Amino acid sequence: MAVFERTYHRYDGPLTTRRRRFLVVPRYALAEVMRSRAFVMFYLLCFLLPFAGLIMIYLRHNLSALKLLNVPLDRLREALPIDGRFFAQGLAVQGFLAFLLAVVVAPALISPDLRNNGLALYLSRPFSRAEYVSGKLSVLALLISTITWIPGILLFLLQGYLEGAGWFVGQLRVLAALFAGSWALIVSLSLLALAVSAWVKWKPVARIVLLILFFVLNGFGRVMELALGTWWSELLSMRMVIETVWAGLFGLAPPSGMPAAAAWTALVAGSLLCLGLLLRRVRAYEVVR
Amino acid sequence: MPDSPIVELDGLGVSLGGRAVLRDLRASLAGRCIGLLGPNGAGKTTLLHTLLGFFRPDAGTARVFGKDIRTEAAAIRAQMGYMPETDSFIAGMSGVRFVRLMAELSGLPPAAALERAHEALFYVGLGEARYRPVDSYSLGMKQLVKLAQALAHGPRLLFLDEPTNGLDPPARRRMLDLIRGIRDGGEARVILSSHLLRDVEECCEEVLVLKNGRVAVYANLEAERRANRRLLELDVRAADGVPAAPAFAELAAALGCECAPGARQRLKLVLPDGVEARDMFRLAAGAGLQIRRLDYKRDSLEDIFLKAMEGDAANGRL
Repeated sequence: MAVFERTYHRYDGPLTTRRRRFLVVPRYALAEVMRSRAFVMFYLLCFLLPFAGLIMIYLRHNLSALKLLNVPLDRLREALPIDGRFFAQGLAVQGFLAFLLAVVVAPALISPDLRNNGLALYLSRPFSRAEYVSGKLSVLALLISTITWIPGILLFLLQGYLEGAGWFVGQLRVLAALFAGSWALIVSLSLLALAVSAWVKWKPVARIVLLILFFVLNGFGRVMELALGTWWSELLSMRMVIETVWAGLFGLAPPSGMPAAAAWTALVAGSLLCLGLLLRRVRAYEVVR
Repeated sequence: MPDSPIVELDGLGVSLGGRAVLRDLRASLAGRCIGLLGPNGAGKTTLLHTLLGFFRPDAGTARVFGKDIRTEAAAIRAQMGYMPETDSFIAGMSGVRFVRLMAELSGLPPAAALERAHEALFYVGLGEARYRPVDSYSLGMKQLVKLAQALAHGPRLLFLDEPTNGLDPPARRRMLDLIRGIRDGGEARVILSSHLLRDVEECCEEVLVLKNGRVAVYANLEAERRANRRLLELDVRAADGVPAAPAFAELAAALGCECAPGARQRLKLVLPDGVEARDMFRLAAGAGLQIRRLDYKRDSLEDIFLKAMEGDAANGRL
């Protein structure tokens, strides 16, 4: 179809593999997300805590630097031990930032496609609904991974290297908890954010709904717990559910009376519900009954 | 030589929301450009969507280029380009980026997809606007960019769903020219769904008319046009100007013509093989009659469509 000829010709060149085709959606979606300077600034801010953790670990193992700062080593070691709690608290802060990131990114990934009937264009190609959903999910998974388990594991490895093999082997559970806890957050949060975005279809409203779901249900669960004296109502609070899951993984005391098994069940059931809602919406055309 | 079938409908039935939308469709579509006609709600778009694999048939099946839509949907879609009826685009992207994304999703490597995206946009006449965001395009430009994304990956079969919807006359003319250009190039077959008879008549060689989810008529327009050359309408008068159709009908019937009275006291007749229109003039002159008007009575697409809408769905040819 050369421009000068202005006639239609079929394409007979090489085609990409199906696996490579799957990467097209995440590549384009990531590029669109990163076009926003405000988002890039926010994303960079998400690395502040891991950077602070890096400095802390470095200083703990660098006596001369601590002396220069006139910090008593023993008091610092006691005040800020590098253990499961250190990484769990870091993950909690990064988890909240991940939630904000999902609030910003997820509606931009999926709402415009549904609002502008873009799905018919995606799905009229050799490209399935599962590939579309997993392509969009992978963008959130990648972004959240870079601010949760990837820096967490890098800090853990640094600490293990500086502290010695004994500490590393003794804290292996923390390594597993960092990875599993982060992925529990990534999967549940991404599915929730994409499902809400798919149903609301309008970016600003989808963001508001996500904030309401997080903060209002969290507050409601807390109030109901105080009023009724039972942890059941806290199953509505995503924050409480995920923190209970993390506490179980890191071997720490749970933040409420909710058993870890109940939290895992709620997380899995909620994720499956969100996946169902998402797949119900991600169709080339809706059938009006 | 007849073309090999592009689409074969084999008892295809589709229900949506508990309602049968397509029922027992049977046809073999083989032309370079096939029109899909029918009133609103006849099932034209549902048929296209079913062939694309958006809806699962609940009875029968269909084959596109010999591939079954139930089992080889992805392989079928790899050879198709689809221009939807509704506004469809990816917001926030320039025209060229949008078309490139669609070409890459169809399997083109990034560099080839970019090259084809530029070419497709120039081809449809959006070359100058290709760096503008698609959201900012006018309705006519959005129709053209939808055509560009359907063409960019070089499909063998194009589904165009109401491509002239909302276009002003020059834009409509341009769109029809493009469709005819694609048809005449022979590199891609076209299925054009429209409720505008004139669009279909200008572009298509075959037409499938749907009514209430059934095939009302499947006609080869070229064959119809050829057959219509044997159908005449005559205004026959005596020397004093009095209509003389019945008298002439008797003479023509003796030559083997099938005759029927037409409107305004005219005579409709079908010429048998070996009898030409000039023989009618000889016949009239011999009987002292005058043929004051002779029309090749063309059975237009509108006639075909109206007959299909009047009669019961017959799952057959005219």
